Amino acid sequence: MGLLTDLKDSISRAASTLFSGEDPKRIGIYGPPNAGKTTLANRIARDWTGDAVGPESHIPHETRRARRKENVEIERDGKKVTIDIVDTPGVTTKVDYTEFLEHDMEKDDAVRRSREATEGVAEAMHWLREDVDGVIYVLDSTEDPFTQVNTMLIGIIESQDLPVLILANKIDLEESSVQRIRNAFPQHETTPLSALEGDNMDELYDKIAEYFG
Amino acid sequence: MAEAKHPEDEDGVQIDLISAERMSDKTTMEKIRLILDGVREGKIVILEAGLTPDEESRLIEVTMTEISPDEFNGIEIETYPKSQADDSSLLGRLMGREETKKLTVIGPANQIETLHKDETLISALVSRK
Ligand SMILES: Nc1nc2c(ncn2[C@@H]2O[C@H](COP(=O)(O)OP(=O)(O)O)[C@@H](O)[C@H]2O)c(=O)[nH]1
Ligand SMILES: [Mg+2]
Repeated sequence: MGLLTDLKDSISRAASTLFSGEDPKRIGIYGPPNAGKTTLANRIARDWTGDAVGPESHIPHETRRARRKENVEIERDGKKVTIDIVDTPGVTTKVDYTEFLEHDMEKDDAVRRSREATEGVAEAMHWLREDVDGVIYVLDSTEDPFTQVNTMLIGIIESQDLPVLILANKIDLEESSVQRIRNAFPQHETTPLSALEGDNMDELYDKIAEYFG
Repeated sequence: MAEAKHPEDEDGVQIDLISAERMSDKTTMEKIRLILDGVREGKIVILEAGLTPDEESRLIEVTMTEISPDEFNGIEIETYPKSQADDSSLLGRLMGREETKKLTVIGPANQIETLHKDETLISALVSRK
């Protein structure tokens, strides 16, 4: 093997540097279930490419497979940042299919959904170690950020030396507290946002360009 | 490991406190197996020295692949929050010693419930199966 593949690789690498300047950075959107990751991924994709990434839902684990939107070009002050957005399933250490039964689901569907969810989380964890260049960590600012999963995930991201942007989402809701998130992760900058209403997206795009450009 | 009495025929919950020394010469996968085998038998596993971030990440991944309906729902894991004052982590990592000296409690998700947690105290409710 090797020679031909190597040659092909180096040609395609050369071509991609030629045409797009730089390879897109792969940005993983992580965070607990229901934080608004898919809503955010869809908004970013719609703002810059015109179409969406995947369905949003109030039922946890709607996103069981990571979904990717490639070559999203974000322009900031004449500078262009190209990213691949990877919307991941919410990370958790447990999945109980019976919780889905509360959302009017048949047992078969609930079991299938939980199986897909566990596979998706495993995959997302694997990627975090192997395959992402930066992380957008989305938190629901109406919820307590001091959870074990958040602490562990931020620790894992830090240990990989990945650039991370922490987002305090759902600031349109009355119970939202951005400060609580700032207190939980003072070593990082927190950007407030409503992915649903589109509030403060400009600041987010500035930060994306700054962190991942 | 010396075979302790099996918890299943007992009317109680078994707790294994594992010393840092016992874990120190194990590989990541050996540690994960030790933890998950215990937890899947319904034990509460307490580690004197916790896991590295990389080991935690693999523990989550392996846990996910083992979850199965009506049998194993996953784990509950608690450690004290990382002290925010500590900014030695980069230096620590460069010198090859990660901050893992944190007591870590791991149990079956359907049997352990964290009641309260802050920088200095973890309070959990453990129930029988
Ligand atoms: N009020 C409010 N709701 C939001 C916001 N972002 C997401 N949501 C809602 O939160 C729920 C979960 O969103 P989703 O994007 O599927 O979360 P994911 O599990 O993190 O991907 C959905 O009902 C969304 O409409 C927000 O900024 N404000
Ligand atoms: Mg989602």
